Amino acid sequence: MPDARPVPQRRALRLAAVGTAAGAFSGLFGVGGGTIIVPLLILWFGYGERLATGTSLAAIVIIALLASALQGGAYGNVKLATGLLLAIPAVAGIIAGTALQQRLPQRTISLLFAVLLVAVAVELILK
Amino acid sequence: MSSVLAALTAAAGGFVGGLVGVGGGILFVPAMTIFLDLSQVKAESTSLLMIAIVALVGAMRQRRYGNVELRDAALIGILSPIGVGIGVVVSNAVPERVLQLGFAGLALFMATQLVRRALVPEPARGTASQQQQQP
Repeated sequence: MPDARPVPQRRALRLAAVGTAAGAFSGLFGVGGGTIIVPLLILWFGYGERLATGTSLAAIVIIALLASALQGGAYGNVKLATGLLLAIPAVAGIIAGTALQQRLPQRTISLLFAVLLVAVAVELILK
Repeated sequence: MSSVLAALTAAAGGFVGGLVGVGGGILFVPAMTIFLDLSQVKAESTSLLMIAIVALVGAMRQRRYGNVELRDAALIGILSPIGVGIGVVVSNAVPERVLQLGFAGLALFMATQLVRRALVPEPARGTASQQQQQP
């Protein structure tokens, strides 16, 4: 993606707001940042669903690395062997999930995400 | 047997993550607390490591499909620690129950907006998404 255009300032500010919201909600509720990143990119930036979910995953890599480095380094709570072993089936799952997603109409992805959001809301209300 | 169930739940977490663009922690954490007897804190921390790996593979696949805005993703990710700091301050100032209900309300609001958007016929949508997808 050879794109050297500077990010317009207002757009950069809005992206900063998304990043801040993702960090705040993941810290407060232990929900992944994706729960907030995907709908904000779709509803606020007009992203298509596939672009929103792909970009969300890339942002989550950075967020999770920062957070797990902190947890692992500072508190020693990361079970390295367990995490690496369980990551194997999880990686197989995400490869299958992203492949299937390419065949779905974009609006179906929005509807699936709405179901996820309702599940998150119900879980928070019942806590 | 329980490790098989943990592996299956982790696979399901990755699958959901790939479909809707989240890390999959929603299922990774219970996979470890229910089937592997990890404490909540250890499961959440270990889940973060798994999310980093899974999201990396998912993002690489999506990039091949042409579905990643790298600069936007980098900005969001790099600025997220500011949000974590704000979250800590807010959680000390506002009762937890208020925060839970507040976020539940926000999630339900976003869900209705996504459903409303999904019900608009595809060609009638704004062109922003199409423009975004051009390399």
